[in-house]
Amino acid sequence: MKISLKLFAVAAAFGMAPVAAVAQNAPAAAPTATAAAPAAPGAQAATAQQPIDAISANSQAQPAQPEEASLTSRDEQPSKAEVLSSSLARTQPDAEVGQPTGKLGFQPQVTPIGEEASWFHNAILLPLITAISVFVLALLLYVMIRFRRSANPTPSRTTHNTMLEIAWTLVPVLILVAIAVPSIRLLAHQYSPPKADLTVKATGNQWYWTYTYPDHGDFEIVSNMLKDEDAKKRGEPRLLAVDERVVVPVGATVKMIVTSADVIHSWGVPAFWAKVDAVPGRLNETWFKTDRPGIYYGQCFELCGARHAYMPIAVEVVTPAQFAAWVASKGGTMPGAAQPKSGDETATSPITNPGAAAAAAGPTPTAGGSATETSPEPPAITPGTSAPPVSSQGATESKRGN
Amino acid sequence: MTDTTANASHFHAHDAHDAHHDADHKPSFFARWFMSTNHKDIGTLYLIFAIIAGIIGGTISGIMRAELAAPGLQILPNWAGGSVDQAAYLWNVLITAHGLIMVFFMVMPAMIGGFGNWFVPIMIGAPDMAFPRMNNISFWLIVPAFLLLLGSAFVPGGLGNGAGIGWTAYAPLSTSGSSGPAVDLAIFSLHLAGASSILGAINFITTIFNMRAPGMTLHKMPLFVWSVLVTAFLLLLSLPVLAGAITMLLTDRNFGTHFFDASGGGDPILYQHLFWFFGHPEVYIMILPGFGMISHIVATFSRKPVFGYLGMAYAMVAIGVIGFVVWAHHMFTVGMDVNTKMYFTAATMVIAVPTGIKIFSWIATMWGGSISFQTPMMWAIGFIFMFTVGGVTGVVLANGGIDNNVHDTYYVVAHFHYVLSLGAVFALFAAWYYWFPKMFGKMYSEVLGQLHFWIFFIGVNIMFFPMHFLGMQGMQRRVPDYTDAYAEWNHVASLGYVIMAIGLIPFFINIFYSLLAGRRAEGNPWGEGATTLEWTLSSPPPFHQFETLPKID
Repeated sequence: MKISLKLFAVAAAFGMAPVAAVAQNAPAAAPTATAAAPAAPGAQAATAQQPIDAISANSQAQPAQPEEASLTSRDEQPSKAEVLSSSLARTQPDAEVGQPTGKLGFQPQVTPIGEEASWFHNAILLPLITAISVFVLALLLYVMIRFRRSANPTPSRTTHNTMLEIAWTLVPVLILVAIAVPSIRLLAHQYSPPKADLTVKATGNQWYWTYTYPDHGDFEIVSNMLKDEDAKKRGEPRLLAVDERVVVPVGATVKMIVTSADVIHSWGVPAFWAKVDAVPGRLNETWFKTDRPGIYYGQCFELCGARHAYMPIAVEVVTPAQFAAWVASKGGTMPGAAQPKSGDETATSPITNPGAAAAAAGPTPTAGGSATETSPEPPAITPGTSAPPVSSQGATESKRGN
Repeated sequence: MTDTTANASHFHAHDAHDAHHDADHKPSFFARWFMSTNHKDIGTLYLIFAIIAGIIGGTISGIMRAELAAPGLQILPNWAGGSVDQAAYLWNVLITAHGLIMVFFMVMPAMIGGFGNWFVPIMIGAPDMAFPRMNNISFWLIVPAFLLLLGSAFVPGGLGNGAGIGWTAYAPLSTSGSSGPAVDLAIFSLHLAGASSILGAINFITTIFNMRAPGMTLHKMPLFVWSVLVTAFLLLLSLPVLAGAITMLLTDRNFGTHFFDASGGGDPILYQHLFWFFGHPEVYIMILPGFGMISHIVATFSRKPVFGYLGMAYAMVAIGVIGFVVWAHHMFTVGMDVNTKMYFTAATMVIAVPTGIKIFSWIATMWGGSISFQTPMMWAIGFIFMFTVGGVTGVVLANGGIDNNVHDTYYVVAHFHYVLSLGAVFALFAAWYYWFPKMFGKMYSEVLGQLHFWIFFIGVNIMFFPMHFLGMQGMQRRVPDYTDAYAEWNHVASLGYVIMAIGLIPFFINIFYSLLAGRRAEGNPWGEGATTLEWTLSSPPPFHQFETLPKID
């Protein structure tokens, strides 16, 4: 356990130090940075403005010895200042967004799909089902009072009322049709993602997640649940905090490819309204896009054996520059770096990602016809990846099982 | 050769033999209860069996709620050797056992084996079931099935003893994911329970089609008989699919096949399709007989005939038919084609229409009636409202786009417990109090019955309603531990369990009190509202009823 904590400390220091550097100084240099060279950007960052997540000057200056600082500073609940100065300080989760709060209703939604779906639920479905339940309850209470034996000793013998029966058949039909319109529209939107800016492949294992970034050199990170004590020290929720978060850039459309190495798991993040099963032998796909930096927790949602409760998911949404630095710290490469003079880069799209763009340029399912689309040339994610070809949702599924 | 071939003279000889005795001649204790061919005795056996299974399944849920009362693992490590892995595995064994016991060994035996056996022959004016010996073996298959399931908890499974695969037994967790014989025993248990139910279904269909009293056309048949008829068809068509699926699990586990193994060319999702092709009709199997019971109880205590009889009967037929074409809404997150998802969304919502017809028809039956609120009626009214609540959350879940977020969360747990624990179980309690005087010839205690209803009603609502909130916040199903934000509502839910359990005390006291000291019940204790044939007989009915068939005008 101690070893794993140390490993984590090292990893975090490596992970975070370059972020600060890239934030201000060297977007062009970032792609070449590797985990082996955190000191140089760290030194640069000492003069840099503090980025939004709490990177400590300490870690930037002394990346080689982060363990002691972390372990001592974590022994008591650190104040904000201490968090900032701690070499291990990571982005702190928002207590209200991205994790359960115990309040009523859904977690605040941070993706377009989540906003549409929660609106559909909160504005249409919830009032409707509440009204139906209250209506039935009111009818029941009325007949219980009005037609109690003492109030109505002689029962009627009515057993038919054709108009009434037609009415209570047709009115529910109309209500259901009214529900079906936004419901089908929501499904159509879920299944027509914008062009993906990057692809992340999540693999469920008993009982942890691994993530690979096929567009960024196919590096892999292993995401294990933090022990309760460690989560507490970091100010993160118990059973949801992980050692290695999935990091994605803000504003980017992230295509999640989800599969499993053993039994069925399910990758889901409630704040994204995203959930898809991780099935061995299948590549499932979902997507999300959020404009809000932060940490978003999820769990495994399919019974997968003993530690089903203990394989959480944490997605960290960071600025593009921080993302690039993080990728570099993991030994990955930014796709743009291979061709720095590429004309594809645009100022408005910080995450230029030709590989993913190519992948997304395959069949883009639409509401009406995705199932019929079977791409003749299933686009590879990147040339270097060993992942099987992935086409977009409709086409993937039409090949199997349905 | 001729000895083994039945012919008319055999039956005459048999009749002549019977004629020496009066209708109440009962065999000796062993012959009566262990070699029974009497539908009422077999029904009683099923009810006793279901109560025992219910106590075991309910106790397991008590352990589960105790563990979930607070975050962290408190109880299970004491029982599982202290390690987190073993404790968490024990949890999976408990949830698996709870689900399987409640579905296959409590609700189904009580609804179909118990009340179906007791009252379907009587309600259609038949002396017994069509195949009395097959009826006997139906019951005596479910006993070893139950013993196999309980036994599986004591042999090695994966990380500990027992089968920790969930009642759905998804592959590959149930194949390569679970070594040891526990899962095999659980599969055999389902095989036997399935065979028992298929034989029962054959028996009911034959009985209902061939043994109705003269004049009782299908459209004069009591709604409970209709409901059992539809249920029997659902069983007959869906259970073989389950049997096939779990047999494939068995061969995948033991004989090297790869039906559900992707590395051998199989597909784990195939299992889910097969399972839910059975599983969705199964949920209607559990609730349809309840629909029939509620219709009779509402009519009896409103002193009015059922409103919209034909609509009620064909609503059940419609639910049965549609129930076969909506199964994949249980699998919305497996990675499904968008058009498939749209279809299953739309088809699932259609079920709300016949269900709505039933709800409104029950209220219309009460409308204009002269309602008395004896215990069975309280359970029936409770059923109507709580089933509505469970039904409308079903409409929410039917939307594939919404299900995406609440799939496999406590929202789903809340939904299916509202329709089963507050639906099917309420119907069972309603039927229990409604027919208790008829079955046992003694009146139950009205005070204890009302006490039972109110405490249980409050308890289950406190237990299950907060689960909606937990699910919407993202708490996943089937976990023994959860992050601290879920603590509050879980604590409330566990308190609800305690209240519900207290509510069961008057139920058990009532059984013993009524059987030992209850007032003798007349043939028809409910008055003019009770119009079906069972109320024309004495309470309890003679050992063989309707030796002269009743005529229905």
